[in-house]
Formats: sequence, structure tokens, C-alpha cells
Amino acid sequence: MTARPNIDMSLKHWTPICPLDDIVPDSGVCALAGGRQVAVFRVGAAQVFAIANHDPFSKANVLSRGITGDIKGELVVASPVYKQHFRLATGQCVEDESVSVESFAVRIRNGIVEVEA
Amino acid sequence: MSTQKIVVIGNGMVGQRFLEQLTSRLGSDQVEVTVFCEEPRAAYDRVQLTSFFAGKSAMDLSVVPERFFEDKAITLRLNDPVISIDRAKKTVRSARYREVPYDKLVLATGSYPFVPPIPGHDRRGCYVYRSIEDLEVIRAAAKKARIGTVVGGGLLGLEAAKALKDLGLETHVVEFAPRLMAVQLDETGGKLLQRKIEALGVTVHTSKSTKEIVNGEGHAHRMVFADGSALDTDLIVYSAGIRPHDALARASKITVGERGGISIDEYCRTSDPDIYAVGECALWNGRIFGLVAPGYQMAEIAARHVAGDGSLRFEGADMSTKLKLMGVDVASLGDAMGKTAGALDYVYTDPVQGIYKKLVVSADGKQLLGAILVGDATEYGGLLQMTLNAIPLPEHPEDLILPAREGASKGLGVDMLPAAALICSCNNVTKGGICDAVAAGCTTIGALKSTTKAGSSCGGCAPMVKQILESELRKQGVEVKNHICEHFPHSRQELFHLVRIGGLKTFGELLAKHGQGHGCDICKPAVASILASTWNEYVLKPKHAPLQDTNDRFLANMQKDGTYSIVPRVPGGEITPEKLIVLGAVAKKYNLYTKITGGQRIDLFGARVEQLPLIWRELVDAGFESGHAYGKALRTVKSCVGSTWCRYGVQDSVGMAIHLENRYRGLRSPHKLKMGVSGCTRECAEAQGKDVGVIATEKGWNLYVCGNGGIKPRHADLLANDLDDATLVKYIDRFLMFYIRTGDRLQRTSTWLDNLEGGIDYVKQVVCDDSLGIGAELEADMQKLVDTYECEWKNAINDPESLKRFRHFVNSDKPDSNVVFVAERGQIRPARDDEKDSEKEEALA
Repeated sequence: MTARPNIDMSLKHWTPICPLDDIVPDSGVCALAGGRQVAVFRVGAAQVFAIANHDPFSKANVLSRGITGDIKGELVVASPVYKQHFRLATGQCVEDESVSVESFAVRIRNGIVEVEA
Repeated sequence: MSTQKIVVIGNGMVGQRFLEQLTSRLGSDQVEVTVFCEEPRAAYDRVQLTSFFAGKSAMDLSVVPERFFEDKAITLRLNDPVISIDRAKKTVRSARYREVPYDKLVLATGSYPFVPPIPGHDRRGCYVYRSIEDLEVIRAAAKKARIGTVVGGGLLGLEAAKALKDLGLETHVVEFAPRLMAVQLDETGGKLLQRKIEALGVTVHTSKSTKEIVNGEGHAHRMVFADGSALDTDLIVYSAGIRPHDALARASKITVGERGGISIDEYCRTSDPDIYAVGECALWNGRIFGLVAPGYQMAEIAARHVAGDGSLRFEGADMSTKLKLMGVDVASLGDAMGKTAGALDYVYTDPVQGIYKKLVVSADGKQLLGAILVGDATEYGGLLQMTLNAIPLPEHPEDLILPAREGASKGLGVDMLPAAALICSCNNVTKGGICDAVAAGCTTIGALKSTTKAGSSCGGCAPMVKQILESELRKQGVEVKNHICEHFPHSRQELFHLVRIGGLKTFGELLAKHGQGHGCDICKPAVASILASTWNEYVLKPKHAPLQDTNDRFLANMQKDGTYSIVPRVPGGEITPEKLIVLGAVAKKYNLYTKITGGQRIDLFGARVEQLPLIWRELVDAGFESGHAYGKALRTVKSCVGSTWCRYGVQDSVGMAIHLENRYRGLRSPHKLKMGVSGCTRECAEAQGKDVGVIATEKGWNLYVCGNGGIKPRHADLLANDLDDATLVKYIDRFLMFYIRTGDRLQRTSTWLDNLEGGIDYVKQVVCDDSLGIGAELEADMQKLVDTYECEWKNAINDPESLKRFRHFVNSDKPDSNVVFVAERGQIRPARDDEKDSEKEEALA
């Protein structure tokens, strides 16, 4: 169900990031994938999500350091700077739906988290 | 229309209220106002005069809004009493020979204390209790005295007795009547009050008529009583009632009453229609009203009348009172003595708790006429509303004063009150006014207080204000719930208890048992704080780390560009040259921007996340500890240099500050905590602007709490005086744990106190009198936290699991190319967008 808006698929490939165990449950890490800064989140035991690490409000690369959780059932991360929430599944901001950060496909293969970027 | 010239004589609370009422109706182009004031300062809260001895300054007591006289273009002549009125010429002449013409003149001259004309009443060492100047003189005299005696056991007399007690004197009260507060209380109530006050160490002598005052033996005075007994004392304070200040009116041939007081009509006009009188100098229908609320009513009526509005008339005032005398609640309302024909009493007494309550009801048992409450005045607000609004008594009137029966709701529902019901008589706020403010968006007690002023003076109506607030919110469909967020149907305080009582040690356990969903950035940090305040486990344990708020997560303060600042602890602001050099060397090595903080520490900015452990390794090796600048935790204990170096210091403030900082370092709380310790009353450490402020006295330490700087500065309130070191620490332990247990998320101590029912008096009872019986438990909880303290940074740099997270990329050692610095004034600063290298993404690829 991961959205991939307006991305030319031909340029993308799967980048292995780290073992799943290296991400503390219910937190995020920042990965370098295809030259991009990607925030990869682990929710619970084995759910993973990836969105851009760049926070459009503060213009700092910090979303991976935010607190994850849910608002009305939707999984989100709160920006550690000004606390706007971004949906983990789509990258869309909850407070201002006109703002989105890019989201990336992510999977776990043989215990390794991989991001398509 | 030409401007009206208004002269006001007297700038007490009522005179000031008149000015506010007048200038809210007429602009400075319509009136030209001159105010003469005998005292050297503008209006202050005489009702709270005693708190001057409890540490409030003359400034704290002021009731004049900032820049009031300037903004309203009012001429204020302090220290300049009016000595004559020329009614024919319509001018007044002041002591400094100023002649000022008036169109309308307002006498707000107040009253003076009655001194019984007994032989020896004017000896040296005999004082009255009326103005700040009186108090200053008494304070100076108390330094050389051991025994102090108050003449008069009424309301003011007992206030004065409290003041003498606060000054450390052996205190006596001499009352002519057979009981205390003879006007407001019946015999049973008066006797109970006496017993309670004597238990606090004040000796009460009733039915004593002083015959003369002569030289004492070993003490300055001997008071000789009509019954032949005598009392030796060092100083005497008269507080035996007031007399209206009507001399000026008398001299000007304005009608005064037989026993004093300037006669007024329903518009507060005297016998000269261009001259008004308001407050305690005025006599209406043969009565003087010696309370501030009726004075305020008169001020408004007179101001309206001057402005041409005759819609409001003075028709007498309710003389009900509720007050706390030396911690004892006393209230008297309506026909308390049952003077109405056929009146019946309901009486409840609890001799063990020391409670007496009496209801006076009409002969047919349908109407409440009056009441007396001693020891517990909780029902005052409801009962008062019942008498004022003639609300019929319930079927069992005794339920109104009996301890609540199982399941029965007691007292009076606020919904029964009409909108016109006066809730706060000090500030003339009606129920309707409160409802309007709630409708306009005030949803907390604090907001209501600052918007309507309800409950901000004597505080007697605060419980009722709270009930109205809750009822109105319910009606608006705002569910009155204090749930922390959608994941927990509980307040922070409830979560704290659930964690503590249930022995829950992780967010997961708490969520599984008492919550739902995944949690969020509201509840997670709040629970992390509760867990830390309760169990004090290392906050970066994998179970706790994802809960931590932005700054706690990396044990540093995130700045706008995603870099961090570092603040090592410098207890009390004392630092050796060696350590200063280390900070300088580290800053230089890692190219950090350095700045001195307001909390007497040094902040190092511009550290990238992966540099934090390297920097801290060096700092820890040099003996530094985490300063917790990143946490909702104790920040610093600021101090002045104290008696060690300072010529004025009376205690070692630095030593105490270091002791306190080392005791409470790392303490997690609902919000950040700041403390200060000053070595003398000059207060160079600005301790009264802190959550916990300690100020040295010659006898020990004064403890202040709930101060704040920042957006809404608030002076701290005095919690206790002249404490020794051990008691000081004990009280701070109790205070902090009580706040940590009951505070809301992100609620500083100042707002916590503003929203706490009972306010500072309640905190005093809990902390100093241990009224809840939890003192020992609070101390033990604090001691446990002190004993389990560990430096988080020392833990972090020695824990490989923690260290893994201190890198920008999980799969690369590269730094974040978005972090760019430029030079400014010899140091780094974050580059602005236009200064950043636009090719950063390419460089990474």
C-alpha cells in the first residue's frame, strides 16, 4: 500500500540498509539510499516504513529522530523540531495536508531492511 | 463639552477602584483627574497586609495596574494630604500648598485605627496596624522584643497577631468581649476559634478591659486589667476597630454621623451634591461598611454617577466574611447570630477535628438566614449564594453542613444560581460574567482568573468558580476530561498513580493495561517522565529510548539545523579554572559555538549527532556530568557568591546551591525545574523567579516556591521562614515530589499552583503541616531517586547499544551534508538557506 508518486521506476533499486534488529522497535533510523536521506521506521516487531528524512518545516534532516505513534488509528511520526505529524504510509502531513514528504518502498529480506530509492 | 475637573482625596483600594471605574467610562479628554494621597505609595492591598511579613514586598501588594496613572493621564500627588476644602470656591488645598479646583470631589479617606483612650496608650512601643509604614515600624521594633500583645480580638486583631507570630514574638491577644470575633461568631464558634489559635501558640485573654499601661518588669510595658490581673509585654499593637476618617468633611461642614462617618445617599453623594464619599469613611443609613467589597460597590456607583449614569444605587451590602486566620478557616454570613424573630439553628460540631457549623434558618424552615463555620468553611460559597438569592432550603437542611452521606451529593448545585448571582464579591464578578468568559474560551481556572479576576483576591470563591467552569464546559458539550491523549483515558496524575501502584516499569505494560493504540508524541514522553520520576531507570534503555522527547533521545538540545548543544552540569555555577579550560579546549577542538547561559553554565553549540559521544567522553574524563539541559528535569541551581566572599551575605549560598543541585540533579518532573539560592535579602540569585527559591536570613533560610521567569513572570510565594538546612531539604523534597505526583504534563510549578485548589495555603498544609500524612512517603520517594542517580552521559558512552544510535546514517559514516556553518563574530553559526551549498546531494551520491 506504499504510495510512489511521480517517481521514474527505472532509476530505482533496492538498497540494503541494516539488520532489522538494529532498529529499536517503535523508533527510526536514517539511511543513505540512492543518494537520498531516508528515514526508516520500525513499528512493533516487524512492520517497516520509509519516508524522506528531510523535514519541510524546519528544513533539517531529522524526521528519523521523531517519535512514532498513531493518531486516530493512522501510524505517524512527529517531527522532532516543530512537532508536525507525517503519515508513515504516505509521507503526508496531518496538520497541513498540502504538505507531503516523499515515501519509499521498504521490505525485509533475510532479516535485512531494504529500501527502494 | 469642556473637561470636568475631578479631585479624589485618598488612594486606597476603594479610591483606586473609583479611578478605574471612572476612567473606563470617561476619557482623558472628558475629565481631568487629580489624586491626593497621604501615604508615600499608590494603592495597595490592605486586606493582604499581613503577607508583607510573610515575605511579600510593597510592590507585590500594589493593586495599581502597570502604567495606570500615566496611561490615564491622572495626576497623582503622593505624600500630600489635603488639609482644607473651600466649598464656595470649589477648591482643595494640600499640605504642600497646592490649590486645585474641582467640579466634583470624591472623599476616599478611609479610616484610622481606634486606640482606646486609656492612660499610657501613647507610650513608646505602642503601635497601630494599618499601613505598610506601620508594619515597617513594628518589624523594626520586633527585633528588640520578645513578647508582643495585640489589643483587639476581632478580624484585624487576629491578623495582627499572626504578623507578630511571624516575626517570632511570643504573642498575646487581649479582647474586651468574652470571645474572639464577637461580631461574627457566637459563643461556641468563638471558643473553638480560641482553642485552635491557642494551639498555634498564641495566648488569648478574653473579657479583659485594660485599665492602664505602666512600666513593666523585665519588659517595656505592663497592661493592668480591670479585674486586677496584669500582662507584661515589650510591644503593643492596637487593632480594636476602625473609625472613619471624616475630619476634613467635618471641618468643611459636610454632614457627618453622630458617631462619625460622612453621610451619603444612594449615589454616594454627601450633603454637598458635588462631593461624594466612598469606602470606610462613608456612612450610609447609619452604617459604616468596613469591608472592601461594599467599598468597591460604592466606588462604582459614584463613578457612574459622576459620568451621568444613575442606574446603580447603593442599597446596603452583605457583610458576610470568610477568611483564614492563622490557618483556621472561619466564615460568618447573613444573620449569623439568629437575631431574626423565630429563627432556628441547626448545629454540627466535631470536637476531635475542631469543626463547628451552624445554620440559622427561618421559623418555617424554608429559608437560610445565616451561618457560622469554624474549622472548615468549604460550604461558605454555596450557603452565601443561598442567602443572597433566597434559594429555598433542601428537604434536609442539615445535609448542607453534615459530612456527606454515602453517595449523596451535597451542597448547592451551581446550576441553580441565577446569572446575576455575585460569585466573587472582591472583584464584583457574577456567575453570568464567568459563564461569558468560559464561552469566550477560558477553559482553565488560571485563564478565568486572569480574564475575569474572579477568585484572584481572597480566593474564597475559588471552589465555586471551578464548579461553574466545569458545569459550563459540560453544557457547551466540551467533555470535561483531563485525558492526556487519545491513547489513555487518564490524566497525568492518574497515570502516575497507575505506574506507581501497579509497579509498571515500561510504556508497553502501561499501554496494554490501561491504554489503547500505539501511543504518540504526547503520551510517550509524559510516561517516560513518570517512569523516570518513579523508577529512575536509565532513559536510553531500549525499552525507554523511543519514548523520549526530541532532546532526551540524544541527551542534548536539538537546534534548528538538527545539530545539538551541550550543557555540562556546573553545580551552583561554581567552576575551577581547570574545568573552564577543559570546556574551552573541547569547544575549540570540535569547533563549537560557546555561550554563557542564564543558569550560570556554558552552552556548547553546533555538535553533530555523531560527535556527541566523542565530546562527552572528553567531558566525563575531565569530571563533568550531564547538565540535563535537555530534560524536563532539574536544570540549575543559580547562586550568588554568598557569605564566603560577599560583604553582605549572611549564609553560604554557593554551598547550599551545590548541595541542592547535587541532590536533585537528574530529577525528572512534569516540566523543567529551576532553582536559586541567594545569600541575603538583596536576592542577587533572583531566587524568587524560580520554581524553588531559597533566600538566606540571619536565622536560616526562607523557602519560596512556584516562581517563574519567561513569558509570564511570576514572583514565588513564601512557603516557610527561617529553616535550618535539614528542614529546608525536607520541605523541598516534599514540595517537589508533591508537584511531580500531581502536576499536569508540561505544567510549570507556577501554573500548577494557580490551578491548585487552595493555592499556596494548601501547599503549606501538605508540605509544612503534613496535612495529608504523606510527608514521610514523599521524602522516601525522593531519597530513592537521589540514591539511584546515575550520570546519563557516563552510562551512554559506556553502553555499546546506546552508542550505535549516535550516528546520522545507520549505513554510512558520512555526516549530514545539510549541516553547514559560516563564521560570525569569530565563531560558527548555522548557515542560512541562501548560504548553503546547493550541491550537497551530489556530493553524497
